Order: sequence, then structure tokens, then C-alpha cells
Amino acid sequence: MERDKHFILGIFDDEDILLNAVKEIRDTGIRIHEVFSPYPVHGLDEELGYKRSRLPIAAFLFGVLGTTLALTMQFYMMKIDWTIIIGGKDFAAFPDFIPVTFELTVLLAAFGMVGVFMISSNLKPWAQPRIFDLRSTDDKHVMAIDIATNASVDLEKIKDALKSSGATEVNSKSFD
Amino acid sequence: MAQAKNYNLDQKFDFTDSVKKVIFILGGIGALLLVLGILAAALGGGHGEEGGHAFHWTQRLFANLWINNVYFTGIAIIGVFFFAIQYAAQAGWSTALLRIMLSFGYWLPIAAVLMLVTFFIANHDLFHWTHSYVFDKADAGYDRIIDGKGNFFYWPMEKGTFPIFYIVRMVLFFGFWVFFFNKLKSLSYEEDLQGGTSYWYTLRKWSAIFLVFFAVSSSISAWDWVMSIDTHWFSTLFGWYVFASWFVAGLSAITLVTVFLKDQGYLEMVNQNHIHDLGKFVFAFSIFWTYIWFSQFLLIYYANIPEESVYFIERLSSDVYGPYIFVNIVLNFVLPFLVLMTRDAKRHNIFLKLVCTLIILGHWVDFFLMVQPGTLGHNGGVGLMELGMLLVYGSAFAFVALSNLSKHNLIAKNHPMLEESYHHHI
Repeated sequence: MERDKHFILGIFDDEDILLNAVKEIRDTGIRIHEVFSPYPVHGLDEELGYKRSRLPIAAFLFGVLGTTLALTMQFYMMKIDWTIIIGGKDFAAFPDFIPVTFELTVLLAAFGMVGVFMISSNLKPWAQPRIFDLRSTDDKHVMAIDIATNASVDLEKIKDALKSSGATEVNSKSFD
Repeated sequence: MAQAKNYNLDQKFDFTDSVKKVIFILGGIGALLLVLGILAAALGGGHGEEGGHAFHWTQRLFANLWINNVYFTGIAIIGVFFFAIQYAAQAGWSTALLRIMLSFGYWLPIAAVLMLVTFFIANHDLFHWTHSYVFDKADAGYDRIIDGKGNFFYWPMEKGTFPIFYIVRMVLFFGFWVFFFNKLKSLSYEEDLQGGTSYWYTLRKWSAIFLVFFAVSSSISAWDWVMSIDTHWFSTLFGWYVFASWFVAGLSAITLVTVFLKDQGYLEMVNQNHIHDLGKFVFAFSIFWTYIWFSQFLLIYYANIPEESVYFIERLSSDVYGPYIFVNIVLNFVLPFLVLMTRDAKRHNIFLKLVCTLIILGHWVDFFLMVQPGTLGHNGGVGLMELGMLLVYGSAFAFVALSNLSKHNLIAKNHPMLEESYHHHI
């Protein structure tokens, strides 16, 4: 069976039951593909065993790029390319450069972070989102389990595990 | 499910002899350094005649008293201020930390006495505007600019007599600060006994009133106590600048005490999430301080108007103070910015201990740079007297705060948001 195509969905009403279910199901060795919830559930990331996002590293690197770019640009303009005496200061007056440097650092860090996030989350404008269950945008938590990655586990066993851990419904969903 | 009430909420901080001993040793070292510094200065004599004024070592002692009076008053009032902010903002995360903030306020009455006494003894050595000759047109020392500002200190009396307006402001500010502190404190302690949500609403009301008063009084006290040393000079954001310095130092002190109590095994309810938030506050307001400091510097530097830029020329071009400008920037901006940037650093006590201690030292340097150039000129500097006085004040402050912290529950056990604080998760 192909990966990332066929799923079993457990539908949960309550976040506390969901959190316990995630723990129980992971303990049985079944691998969870993803959990969809209408609002952020505290502790869900930890229970799913997600590593912390590496987005801050990208933000820092883009920030450093912004700082370097801003200082180089201003130094080149003010000292090399087009020297003008302003207020009797040096051509390369460092304190004058700080506001622009600050702004470019923030701008590049922010834009870089948004860009990296969109690329890594596949949020391009023409991307077709896959909706597992529409109710996950309203009042249900949806746990998706990829059948192919759990090929070693019996299908009925997965369904039973979902039911016994508190899922109100167990459905299956396939994408083309 | 785990709940806040499972913890020992009646726990009190035990101000043990070993903790007292550490504080007394630090204070003793401070006193020793102070005496050595005084002896060195007194036996070494003044640095000779300069512009007709002989320099006397007591001037340096008074300047040091003033630096620490202003600095520790700030840390004390920031404790009350941050406490009030929690209520005005209806914050839940900080509930377990409220008593630590509150304990700083006990320094306020002592600070008020110290400040008034120092002013009455040392006014001529600290504030040029206290000399009556600067208002006397017939005198050679007549100063037209100070004469123009004289009413701010002397109204409604004759300029150059008794600075009644100045004294009244000082007494009023301390009076109201102590009044608001007592009000908030007794309401918070009473809540421990009675319970219910009504105390929270009353506390929020009083907090809001205090914050309005503090907004005005903190700014004016910065002009009075610090900016008026350089009487000719002025800066419109000086109130913010002093407040920012106080706030970062106060937040660092709150964080240090919290981490210290955690290390001692208290505050079981407080976990890495609360510590993380305190770290964020220290990080954010260090940058805020830098922003204010740099805004003041850049405008003065760029406009280059002599009456404004003299303030930085006195400092940057001075052999005595020049290096400390950079110490100031490194300790208060570069270090917290780089060290506390990552999430892990804000969640580990060791980083916070290091950074917060250095920040408290750094903002002392900031106040040193505000006070000494205007009072001592080239006779100032960081020596035995400075270190000694800082240690003496620091240990006295720690003793007052911790001994009063030990008298009541460490956690406001009937606070309606205790459960929220317990489940705080970021």
C-alpha cells in the first residue's frame, strides 16, 4: 500500500481524552501521522513527540544577514560611493547607521522567517490542502494514522486502539 | 489531574542562619572595602585645587550614597510596580511569584529616610542648584539658566533659600509609594486569611490607581533626583530612561530571588515555564533600555547642540568615565541580548543567575554614570568606596526583602488565579 494516501481517522470530542489517546496509541507502537484540532491544544506537541521547531535558527541567520547587509550598504554608500559631509560627522559615522541597521535586521528576520515557514509547511498559493475531516475546523479533534507506515500492525487493532482510547468515531479516508 | 492545591501552599520561606550569614559576610566585606576606600581617600587627600573648589573625599562618599539611594529605591518600587502590573493586566501566570515582588517594597520606608537624610547633609555637594549664589545677580557665580529653572525647586519660597517644592515632591512620592505598598500588601495578606474573589477586584482597583500615580511620579523623581545634578542639561525622555534602568534591575532582582528560592527547594509550583517568562521579561526590557538609551544618545549626537551634547562629552571624552560607557552597553545590552536569546538559556537557572547578577551590576554602572560625572567630575571613578557601598546597600536590601518575605506565605494561597498559574505552559 502507498504511503501518505490511506488513513484511519479517530474523531475526538475532548482535548483531555485526545491527549491521553495520543499517549496510549503511541505506547502501543502505532505511529500517528498528524492530529488536527480547531485550536492549539497545550501539551499536544510534546505528547506527539515533535521536536522543537528550528525556525528561530532561520530567523537568527536572516537577522545576521540583515545586519551585515545594512552595515555594508551604508558603509559603501556613505564612505566609498558618494561622500557627503552631514552635520560635520565622519563619512562613516557608526551611530547614524544603527536605525537603518535595526530596521533591516528586523525586516529580513521577519520576512525570512515567514518565507522559510511557508516553504517548509508547503504553503504555496497553488497548493491543494488535504482536508481529512471538515469538522476539525469546528468542534472535533481528528487523529490521522497512516495505514502504510503502520503496515506491521493489524488494521482492526488500530481501530480498536482508537475506540478504546476514547474516539467517538473511527473513519477511513483516502486521497488520490 | 494535578492541581495547585496539591502543593503545600502554606509554605513559608525559612530565613535560615546560613543565608543570613552569607548576607552579613557580603555586607561586612562591603563595609570593610568602604572603610578602606574612605581611609585611602582621606589620607591621600584631595586632588588639589580645581576651579576654586577643593575636592574633599566626603563628596565622593555622598555621591556614592546618592547613587545607591536612587538605585535601590528604584528596585524596591519596581517590585511594587510589577506587582500592580500583574493585577492591572489581570495576569494569571505570575500568581506564584507575587509575594517576591511585594517583599521588595519593604525597602521603601528605609529608602525614604536615607534619601532625605542624604539630601539634607549633602545637598551642596550633589546639586549645584542648592547654592544660593547661583540665583544672586550681584554674585560672580550668578547663573542665568539655573535662575530660570529655580522655581521648580524653590517655589513658593524665594529662590536660593529652602527648596520646599523639591522636598515636598520627595516626601509626597515616598509617602504615596509607601501608602500604596501598604494597601496592596495588607489586601494581599488578608486574602490569604479570608479567601474569595473580592480581594482581587479591590487589589486591581488600587493597583490601577497606583500605576497612574507611578507613571507621573517615577518620571518627576528621575528629573529631581538624577537629572537635576546636571542642572543646565535636559532630556525629555530622561524619566523613561531612569524607569527603564530601574525596571530591568528590578526584574533581574525578582528573577534572582525566584531562582534562589527554587534552588533552596521552595516554590514547588513554579516551574521552567514561569522562569522562562521572567527570562523573557529581562531579555525584552534589556532591549527596551538599550532602545531608550540609544534614542537619547542618537538625537543628542546627531543634533550636536552644545547645551545638550555636553552631557555626553563629559562622559565619553573623559578618561575616568569613557570606558564605563562601553561597560554599560556590554553588560546591559550585548550580554543579555546574546546570552538570553535562546529558549534554553531562559529556562536554565545557571544562565539566569549569571545574566541577572551582571545586569544588576550593569545598571548600577548606569546610575554611576548618571550621578558621578556631574557631582565629582574627574575625581570620580569605580574604586573601593564604590564597590563597598554597593555591597553594603545590596546586602541591606537583600536582608530587608528576605526577612520580610519569610514572615508570610510564599504563595498567595487564596488568589483566584492560582490554578491558572499552576497550569501555565509555554
